[in-house]
Amino acid sequence: MPESQQAAQFQAKVDAEQKIEPRDWMPAEYRQNLVRQISQHAHSEIVGMLPEGNWIGRAPSLRRKAILLAKVQDEAGHGLYLYSAAETLGVGRDEMVSQLLSGKAKYSSIFNYPTLTWADIGAIGWLVDGAAIMNQVMLCRTSYGPYARAMVRICKEESFHQRQGYDILVTLSKGTPEQKAMAQDALNRWWWPSLMMFGPSDKDSPHSAQSMKWKIKRQSNDELRQTFIDRTVPQAEFIGLQVPDPKLKWNETIQHYDWGEIDWEEFNQVIRGNGPCNAERMAARRKAHADGAWVREAALAHAGKKAKRSAA
Amino acid sequence: MNQQEALFRFALRMGDNSVVLGHRTSEWCGHGPVLEEDIALANIALDLIGQARNYLTYAGEVEAKFRASAPLRTEDDLAYLRGEREYLNVHLVELPKGDYAHTIVRSFLFDAFHLPLQQALTTSKDDRLKGIAEKAVKEVAYHLRHSSEWLVRFGDGTQESHQRAQNALEDLWRYTGELFAADEAEELLAKAGIAPKLADVKQEWSATVDRVLKEATLKRPADGWMASGGKKGIHTEHLGPMLAEMQTLQRSYPGVEW
Amino acid sequence: MSTTNEKDWPLWEIFIQSKRGLDHKHVGSLHAADARMAIENARDVYTRRGEGNSIWAVQAADIHASKPEDQGAFFDPADDKVYRHPTFYPMPEGVKYM
Repeated sequence: MPESQQAAQFQAKVDAEQKIEPRDWMPAEYRQNLVRQISQHAHSEIVGMLPEGNWIGRAPSLRRKAILLAKVQDEAGHGLYLYSAAETLGVGRDEMVSQLLSGKAKYSSIFNYPTLTWADIGAIGWLVDGAAIMNQVMLCRTSYGPYARAMVRICKEESFHQRQGYDILVTLSKGTPEQKAMAQDALNRWWWPSLMMFGPSDKDSPHSAQSMKWKIKRQSNDELRQTFIDRTVPQAEFIGLQVPDPKLKWNETIQHYDWGEIDWEEFNQVIRGNGPCNAERMAARRKAHADGAWVREAALAHAGKKAKRSAA
Repeated sequence: MNQQEALFRFALRMGDNSVVLGHRTSEWCGHGPVLEEDIALANIALDLIGQARNYLTYAGEVEAKFRASAPLRTEDDLAYLRGEREYLNVHLVELPKGDYAHTIVRSFLFDAFHLPLQQALTTSKDDRLKGIAEKAVKEVAYHLRHSSEWLVRFGDGTQESHQRAQNALEDLWRYTGELFAADEAEELLAKAGIAPKLADVKQEWSATVDRVLKEATLKRPADGWMASGGKKGIHTEHLGPMLAEMQTLQRSYPGVEW
Repeated sequence: MSTTNEKDWPLWEIFIQSKRGLDHKHVGSLHAADARMAIENARDVYTRRGEGNSIWAVQAADIHASKPEDQGAFFDPADDKVYRHPTFYPMPEGVKYM
């Protein structure tokens, strides 16, 4: 079958809301686009363990310690599901990991910001996971089957993440003036980076239009960002926190919030590696990978010896 | 020492061993050698923290009974507001995590002790200890399975992994004596049928160690000088910094809700 | 110490039975050095919320699959065999237990 015909059949399948499965014919760019997006997503989960992991040792109660550990562990699980989904496209996890460690592959810039106080753990759960969930719910309907299935599993597990974050801030906001200030400070630092998580504005987004056509993405960056703001602002007000945007105002006519301007220069700098923690995050991942090499080799060597013995 | 006080000290020690090892194990989260193992270790740390919560809650309740004047201490009061001299865990669990061989060998040496101990506690005459053990025994059985299998992989893996595992065994062996050196509280509870005789636990531990080391082609180190003191609150220099980290918020902002 | 072009552990497909009496269902995949590790990793990765009763692990390389291009020849012929479905047969009023 000529490629143009295959391409037409492929697009017809996508348009008819049928899922594309690993062994189906797909355009090379679709495959590349997916590998890039899914592996980037997986890397984000793994690098995302670090800022929160920073507080596992200092969580202020045994209950909070257990919750945070379980949450960060979930991120590892989500990274694993996503790497597995990408592997169905013919790329190995080792290859994806080496692209991350060499700096070739990207991960979400949000994780290059530092977690400075306990309230940051609340803010990450509430805002960062909140923003991520917006994307993830959309991706449960993405056109590539394994990616959609991984996202369904992830969304099921994520539902507690945002709540535990908000719960931390609810507790702080009911606490002492110092605790309340800690919560406000966290919101001040995490608000804008969270909005940046939705990516560049639609008019500047290089991959968006094609991704929408292939139904990999189903809502634009700006739509998702606006929904996030509309949902989150009342949550902040509910616990008496002030969103750090002087232009923020409910617009009765369009039934959305009007809001200020993202500092895209900061966004671009952090993507280019000039965020507060880029170097630390990569160093931590490289060290874990290098320190683990002998462990991974030992397990393989042992499995090989055992197989040989049972064959003999 | 009366039986209530002995029970208090015993529950504290069980809780302290679990919270300290749980904390150490959680230090791997995000830094494990492979993603699957990162997840496995977090499960183990979560089990241990869960056990610690049960034991410390119980310790607080027992204490309130025999020290009527003192206010009831919660799990968090006990975990976050005691200093290192008041922690009663064994040295083995507080040592830094080291390389992955040290982590696995430490877990193995502790798990091989912890399992027969928890098994014995499922027949304790104290209902609460019995109840806690009935849940913990399944968790600990899995911990031992996990650490044993990794120890075998290391011992019977590559030359490097074998050497690392053997080194870790030599380093950590001196901390195993304390596991079985019964203090007054443990002797009293053993007589009362509330906790097992540690000599009996040691027999099982020793058999497990021999069996797994043999499969791992590793050498059992000779029993030489053994460290001790943890059970009396005399620790290595490693516990203090760990507690300083763990307790920082509770200490910096006393008496607030988190 | 670390090799430069290190390969992944083999990939395994994981099937979980969530309750006795139900089918084992594919839940995803993971890497493990051997079968035993695959099952234990599956326990840790895919049953963290009590979803598991039994686990199957199959090395991904051992799975043979039908090809998408055979889809028509394989599956369409079954589409018109409605007589294989019980609703094809009208039951007279009043007949029970069938």
